[in-house]
Amino acid sequence: MADEPKTPSAAGTPTPAAKPAVKPPAATAANDAKLAGRTTTAAARPRPKAKAKKVDVDTSPLMGRRGWMGLAWGSFTAASAGCLAATGRFMFPNVLNEPPQQFTVGFPEDFGQGVDERFKVEHGVWVIRTDNDHTHETPGFYVLISVCTHLGCTPNWLSAENKFKCPCHGSGFRPSGINFEGPAPRPLERARIVRQEDGQILVDKSQHFQEELGQWTDPESFLQI
Amino acid sequence: MADTKTITPKDPAFVRAWDWLTETQIWTSIFRHNAPIDDRNRVLVMLSNVFLHLHPVRLRKSGVRLRYTWCMGGLSFFLFLQLTFTGLLLMFYYRPTLEYAYTDIVSLREHVPLGIMREMHRWGAHAMVITVWLHMFRVFMTGSYKPPREFNWNVGVIMLVLTLLLSFTGYLLPWDQLAIWAITVGSNMARATPFLGNEGPGASLLALGDVGLIHQADDARFFLLGGTFVGESALLRFYVFHCVAIPLVIGFLMAVHFWRVRKDGGISGPL
Repeated sequence: MADEPKTPSAAGTPTPAAKPAVKPPAATAANDAKLAGRTTTAAARPRPKAKAKKVDVDTSPLMGRRGWMGLAWGSFTAASAGCLAATGRFMFPNVLNEPPQQFTVGFPEDFGQGVDERFKVEHGVWVIRTDNDHTHETPGFYVLISVCTHLGCTPNWLSAENKFKCPCHGSGFRPSGINFEGPAPRPLERARIVRQEDGQILVDKSQHFQEELGQWTDPESFLQI
Repeated sequence: MADTKTITPKDPAFVRAWDWLTETQIWTSIFRHNAPIDDRNRVLVMLSNVFLHLHPVRLRKSGVRLRYTWCMGGLSFFLFLQLTFTGLLLMFYYRPTLEYAYTDIVSLREHVPLGIMREMHRWGAHAMVITVWLHMFRVFMTGSYKPPREFNWNVGVIMLVLTLLLSFTGYLLPWDQLAIWAITVGSNMARATPFLGNEGPGASLLALGDVGLIHQADDARFFLLGGTFVGESALLRFYVFHCVAIPLVIGFLMAVHFWRVRKDGGISGPL
């Protein structure tokens, strides 16, 4: 029964003579073992006497040999799985030494007109004060994320040319963040900017605003002064 | 209903699935023998598995007698593997610099989940030194250093020294006061190395005219520390010795050691 499907599949596989010569006898042996196991259990069921004779081989009071082996391998497997899980968890520390997503940048009076580069190195943002915003058309503040929208390099602020220029592939952005040259497909992203109760400006990088999605109209993407 | 019909019962689905799986090329390319249910297949299991082939196909009954072997060689190897693994994980967080070394050790306890990885490495290291000594003691007491095993005894002695050096170099890495001064004391011994230590016997003989060749900045101690005192370059050197150089050498020697055990007739037994 088991031999029939085996022969065609063996003939179909590229490995020729050697394989079938080894496999079938062992497979039938395994089959015999299966059958043997079945017949004994089937035979043992109606005759409990036969079973009682077997029991005296294993005189363990708590559990049979098989039970102990199951318990041993089971607990070993569980312990190994636990160790593996703990090892995976080890790769995710509870404390991160990274600058926070939210930070204050000072009072509005601390800022002159134009691009402020003080927060670029640590926080990766430019804080910009403008007379007339691209979207809101009023004076105020906005924050640009210093990540090029092409492939994620950090552009430079070129004050002489009044633009952001990415050194990797030459994308250029206006002070508003709008792209106008090079491969960048969309404007720089803005971050959330709000006034704290004490009057300081709070920047929140966890929330981004994208011009092409119309998000620059959001009141928290721009701080009117 | 006069006709009788013989119906062959079908195997259960999982049996058929198992049969199908063990016929696939993927399975047969990985497992090149049947289950170890007979002598031939038991031998094939040992011969065709890279991990199991370290074991002999057959061994003497005394080889598994705990009271004879103490299992100390196997335990040393197991601890080496455990130390390699936990050490690898520690390397994800530890930086061998004056600024970070100590705080990284602290953060391994405080900031990393289940901060026991470092303790496992530390206690495993202590345990390995103990098991290696006991292994050597057992080999000595059973006379297993005698021919034809004298070559392997010498390989073992070198590995004992390397184990102690691993322990010594690892001791500096926490970069606390205990570590710094222990290594200061320990490395001062290298000053007294014959010929190669600047205070050692014979060092003054190595000279060109009246210019001494061995002095404080080029002797054996300097080789260890990368400087004349235990500073940042010593920390970096000990880190590289501890994590790369010595493990590579000891791993190579372990391969030789295990191979030699087999070639010299397997684990020694009672005569």
